[in-house]
Amino acid sequence: MFFDHFYYWITVILFVIGLYTVMSRSNLIKKMIGLSLFQISVFLFYITMGKIEGGTAPIIIDQPDVVYSNPLPHVLILTAIVVGVATTALGLALVVRIKEAFDTIDEEEILQMEETK
Amino acid sequence: MEEFTSVFLMLLLVAGALAVLHVRNLFVATMLLSAVSFIMALIFVMLDAVDVAFTEAAVGAGISTVLYLGTLALVGPHEKSSTKKTALPLLLSLAVGGVLIYATFELPTVGSPDTPVQTSRLTDRFLNESPKEIAVPNIVTAVLASYRGFDTFGETTVIFTAGIAVLLILSQVRGRREEDVAIEESTTPQSDLTAEEDTSLQASPHDLVPHVVSKLLIPFVLLFGFYVQFHGDFGPGGGFQAGVIFAAGFILYSLVFGLEYTKKLLPLRLVEFFLAFGVLLYGGVGVVSMLKGGNFLDYNLLLASPVAGQHLGILLVELGVGITVTAAMLAIFYGFAGRSETNNKSGA
Repeated sequence: MFFDHFYYWITVILFVIGLYTVMSRSNLIKKMIGLSLFQISVFLFYITMGKIEGGTAPIIIDQPDVVYSNPLPHVLILTAIVVGVATTALGLALVVRIKEAFDTIDEEEILQMEETK
Repeated sequence: MEEFTSVFLMLLLVAGALAVLHVRNLFVATMLLSAVSFIMALIFVMLDAVDVAFTEAAVGAGISTVLYLGTLALVGPHEKSSTKKTALPLLLSLAVGGVLIYATFELPTVGSPDTPVQTSRLTDRFLNESPKEIAVPNIVTAVLASYRGFDTFGETTVIFTAGIAVLLILSQVRGRREEDVAIEESTTPQSDLTAEEDTSLQASPHDLVPHVVSKLLIPFVLLFGFYVQFHGDFGPGGGFQAGVIFAAGFILYSLVFGLEYTKKLLPLRLVEFFLAFGVLLYGGVGVVSMLKGGNFLDYNLLLASPVAGQHLGILLVELGVGITVTAAMLAIFYGFAGRSETNNKSGA
């Protein structure tokens, strides 16, 4: 029972930590880091789905009765990781521009500046 | 034993994530995030996802850490202690977590062979038919480049777009800066601070050890990139991983010897050209297969026999992916590193 669902629980815990980081921290870079954690938890969930008991990596070898794990989640997540870093870079670039425009990357300070304008 | 290892890694993962949440210094948070990514890569290996582990180690623990450090060099590493109320977010997160935990009890046991994922017709096709249809030992590569070629084309375009967007956002400097010189003047203490912390992205003429070691290392990094690129059909690897590793070689050179030399070796114009060339190569393979009378990205018709056609198609498409990923990562890095250098000059 415990090991049956252990992977799922870890996924949920990571998900919650990521969500909480994004919501509770006002520093924009910390928010990006929270999003990365969020992303990692989803990756883990997908890969867990592809795992099969007693299986091996989906690379064909010339032996009878080999069980392979499901390759489809691997493909989806592989591309998602690389696209993820590209979008993270985009977010960080925007953070750099925000810093130059407002001289801070704290969300609350930016909102205050906008209100006093 | 295997269960013990995976439980240990999982707990390490959670501890790492909590530490990332807790620390106030963003440099520390970045390094911890890198460690979390690396632990995640180890867990992926345990879950048989070797290709994914490869990518996560190269991207999560490698490139994205460099990007975060590049950003921190520009914006400073200190997180101000927040006055924001944390009770509501905490309550909301825990509620979402509770609902999700409740939902996991309905999910099938991890690794059981009769889940919908494992019994799907697609799984059967990929595992049992692809050795005959495509004859590439690494099924992940076969699915990535051939069965899901459209999808991968889309992903490559996303990376291309992100590379262009970062260059656009980070390269337009002058106009605003010259107008706001007065304001810039008043904030110079801030830019002095960034200049000090910026040494990570600048050439450091005195560090002999990194120079010698990286000179020895870079050829092997690039060679390994080529191996991963062209051996992706047979083992873990492929265009995405190779692209990141190749870019990492150039980024290492740039970190040790300075951006100027890297730009002499590989000018921004050339990077931009490659950025577009990879996507065009990918699309070009699709167009050629259409001209030969098939559908877009139908590699069967490229050569006389379908299997040979598939091999050629996958090789070219993966090459396109590799070129675009390399160029995009380099373009993004040039954007961040170039920014910090121009800021330094205007600050000084």
